[in-house]
Amino acid sequence: MLNYIWAALIIISVIVGFISGRTAEVSAGILESAKTAVNVVLGLTGMMCFWTGMSAILEKSSAVKALSEIIEPLINLLFPRIKKETKAKEKIVMNICANVLGMGNAATPLGLEAMKELDRINPSTNASESMMLFLVINTCSFQLIPTSVISLRYNAGAVNPYDIIIPIWITSFLTLLSGILLCKLLERTRRSVI
Amino acid sequence: MKVINQMSMYVVPIILLTIVSIGLSKKIKVFEIFTQGAKTGLDTAVKLVPTLVGLIVAIGMFRASGAMELLVYALSPVTDWIGIPAGVMPLAILKPVSGAGSLTLVSSIMNQYGPDSFIGKLACVMMGSTETTFYVIAIYFGVTKVKNTGYMIPVAVTADVVCILLSFFVCKLFFL
Repeated sequence: MLNYIWAALIIISVIVGFISGRTAEVSAGILESAKTAVNVVLGLTGMMCFWTGMSAILEKSSAVKALSEIIEPLINLLFPRIKKETKAKEKIVMNICANVLGMGNAATPLGLEAMKELDRINPSTNASESMMLFLVINTCSFQLIPTSVISLRYNAGAVNPYDIIIPIWITSFLTLLSGILLCKLLERTRRSVI
Repeated sequence: MKVINQMSMYVVPIILLTIVSIGLSKKIKVFEIFTQGAKTGLDTAVKLVPTLVGLIVAIGMFRASGAMELLVYALSPVTDWIGIPAGVMPLAILKPVSGAGSLTLVSSIMNQYGPDSFIGKLACVMMGSTETTFYVIAIYFGVTKVKNTGYMIPVAVTADVVCILLSFFVCKLFFL
């Protein structure tokens, strides 16, 4: 998908540039943007190192395990159908914790493991309810510290780069809640239709 | 609201304190583990360079050619009706597809309007509140035998729209 979007961006820019007579600006834009790209990465690097370092400490101290125990009852409530599937449940819990703690690198492999487990217990080639709910939780994922946004704000010269944390918590929590509710609602209507 | 705004300044220090104390209490060599972890952060950042160069250049061209203005203009009837600044709409469209691409847009929105402008903050809240929905769906279903994704896509798209609207209303509550 990104292949098409990227190509479309370039093709449209060149065509629109020709029509609007801004070809010179487009060419200048290439030089300027390539420089910006490197500056953006440089700006992000420090924060990225710092937070991956911090999350490494958390990982080593088995914080994920501790957090998992706390949220397990919640998972049982959300996924009543896989209550007895310990392995799938464990992976789901670990994936969610890793996401919350901002360990993107750890979260994705765990999430894929969880999907494989859910796939194993799903007899058909239709996505199971648990799969869809798990994915919705992942696509609305809640992150404790949105590090990249914070460092972008700092680089742009924000007065208080952290001021967006609580609005982000509220927004992502409510989004997550609406996603889960929608899933549960559709589960129910689908079942009553069948 | 002021109190909550104040609180956000304490969030990070408190979390750091928690992490380091947990580490020490579990008798972990905190600094050693920290540096090892930080190295993986550096790797990620280095790997990000080619992606970001490709995307930032494409979006820079899109902006310089005037195509971005056209897009924003085309969307303005809808955004005006809701009251959302039209300038964040390209971000709302790109976010579900590309994380690096939307990171690019957030930084260019902040450069254009200022990081402390309403639209700058709105872009940040949007960026921080969702995932790259379609990317996640694609790779997660990619490891399964699923052929029919059921109501997955409609729910995910709805959640993204809800997120855009919520970011706007929450930002209005906090920053206006």
